[in-house]
Amino acid sequence: MEPLTSVSGRIMPLPINDIDTDQIIPARYLKTTDKDGLGKAAFYDWRYAGDGSPKPDFVLNRPEYQGASVLIAGNNFGCGSSREHAPWALLGAGIQAVVSTYFADIFRNNALKNGLLPIIVDVATQQQLLSLAQEDPATSVTIDLATQTLTLPDGRTVTFPIDPFSKYCLLNGVDQLGFLLGLEQDIGAYEAAHAPRVLTTAHA
Amino acid sequence: MPQTLFEKVWNNHIVKPQTADTPAVLYIDLHLVHEVTSPQAFTLLREKGLHVRRPDKTLGTMDHSTPTTPRNALGIIPVTDSQAQKQLDQFTRNCQDYGIPLYALGTANQGIVHVIGPEQGLTQPGMTIVCGDSHTSTHGAFGALAFGIGTSEVGHVLATQTLMQYRPKTMAVRVDGRLAAGVVAKDIILAIIAKIGVGGGTGYVFEYMGEAIRSLSMEGRMTICNMSIEGGARAGMVAPDDTTFEYVAGRPYAPAGEAWEEALAAWRNLPTDDGATFDDEVVLHASDLIPMITYGTNPGMGMPITGRVPDPAQLGDVSEKMALDKALTYMGLQPNQPLLGQKVDVVFVGSCTNSRISDLRLAASMIKGRKVAEGVRMMVVPGSQQVKKQAEAEGLHDIFRAAGADWREAGCSMCIAMNGDQLEPGQYAVSTSNRNFEGRQGKGGRTFLASPLTAVAAAVNGRITDPRDMFVPEMA
Repeated sequence: MEPLTSVSGRIMPLPINDIDTDQIIPARYLKTTDKDGLGKAAFYDWRYAGDGSPKPDFVLNRPEYQGASVLIAGNNFGCGSSREHAPWALLGAGIQAVVSTYFADIFRNNALKNGLLPIIVDVATQQQLLSLAQEDPATSVTIDLATQTLTLPDGRTVTFPIDPFSKYCLLNGVDQLGFLLGLEQDIGAYEAAHAPRVLTTAHA
Repeated sequence: MPQTLFEKVWNNHIVKPQTADTPAVLYIDLHLVHEVTSPQAFTLLREKGLHVRRPDKTLGTMDHSTPTTPRNALGIIPVTDSQAQKQLDQFTRNCQDYGIPLYALGTANQGIVHVIGPEQGLTQPGMTIVCGDSHTSTHGAFGALAFGIGTSEVGHVLATQTLMQYRPKTMAVRVDGRLAAGVVAKDIILAIIAKIGVGGGTGYVFEYMGEAIRSLSMEGRMTICNMSIEGGARAGMVAPDDTTFEYVAGRPYAPAGEAWEEALAAWRNLPTDDGATFDDEVVLHASDLIPMITYGTNPGMGMPITGRVPDPAQLGDVSEKMALDKALTYMGLQPNQPLLGQKVDVVFVGSCTNSRISDLRLAASMIKGRKVAEGVRMMVVPGSQQVKKQAEAEGLHDIFRAAGADWREAGCSMCIAMNGDQLEPGQYAVSTSNRNFEGRQGKGGRTFLASPLTAVAAAVNGRITDPRDMFVPEMA
């Protein structure tokens, strides 16, 4: 994974609460066996009509938001299915950060493992960003991971929370799996001390 | 110090405790894998030259992208979707290459991942169980800590049998009193989610407790834990008791003889200690509950079946008003309209929420001697091949067929609509599944979530009907 220190880009409004991962990528696109090419399926049913033509009103199709990389969403983004295809699809569609008042637990974990930043802000900041995005699609923000700050166009900064381990991994381009692989001795010791009650191979 | 059920299971599985810099490292006792969320994890293992650390603590099944159409003359369930076939073939190869036992499509024990674990006795109290599927919370009904993970984490568990996790908060969800006749586990969980909202449990593990939960069968408890995630909680748990032990006893993977006695002694220590505290609490009274139904596009948009669809104009919060407006437009419903009498096109009985033998028995007892209304398509999809076999041994399939319902092979079916079973745009379904999200059961399809009883009542009348009006005595 490449180190990720900051995201700078234009913002795009999607002021809908409880956007579930079935909207972010419908299940019929999960029959793939790789991660690539999912960007075109992002928000597919909101983005395209039944005949496959783009819906002109949807934010991802509007010319003024082309190239925007920071999605400003309603509350509780990413609820529902655990599909990691959701962050893969968002990244594939050019989105590098999502701003909401809170995120569903599994989505947030998945996003952080893929370098998609889930940025938690208070309602006032969320509303301000939504207004800015709607009023002036040229509005840009800068998100700095080291200082955990999001800088608004007027220079005001707001801080956001992120767990220290995810932050470390993102800033240094470290894969979390590497950390677990380094714990071989601890895992072996745990296994030695805890006899398994169930072995799946016992009746297979 | 007194501990909750969650704390006991969590503490028993710590390989490395949480520090200021790192999450806790948790040991995973059972890892269930299926064809849809695992391929990229196996690819990662290959790329890194890693092996599966504990194939003997891993089990594969095929469920999400599999058809539920009848077997051919050779006894094979044909897969006509080439992309699904490729995914299934790759999954078979992955399981073979890494030595993971696999319940392949159509074989004796295949089924929905959250049905087969409990059914085989793999799911036991006090375990940690994960799967790349958010409804892994189902297994918490046994007093296990069970939750859904993403594909990266599937890779972590395959390679190390561990996961890095920050400790969640705990919420006691207490349901006091007893349920009235015609009100079932599904109604309890829909009422809980309607009360707390789809994000209300974010960051929490639920422990369901109280007389109404205690009185439920294991299947009922699984229905409730299954939908914890629909309230935002990654996991939901019920303390194990004699109901749990009776269910587990004698199943293929259950401990036997001396090991059973040892296990039982350990399991009896799992329930939350007197004086243990939770970070939050929700209380419902079972006697207040009547059958529930959803009207909107997330499981939190639910109401008593005799209610009226809420009016966005009555909501103070602008974002909630917008959400309700959007949901009602999608659903084609008007504010303040009743749902009783609403016409339906499809009725689906199935999914990891309500496809177990007791669900099918309940549905069959209600539909016996009745007919599915003209113009309504009713599908009954058993959760596993074992459930199907048992149902057929009891003649339930004949009851469903005689009523005009379609009796299918086992799988996720119309709950996820990526396997050929789906709604047409605009169709209305009463579904025993867990999600009424836009397009969840097929692009443009509109879902009302409800219990198996309410689903059958809708199938028979062709309209949303209060099942208590059709009550059959033996259901009490």
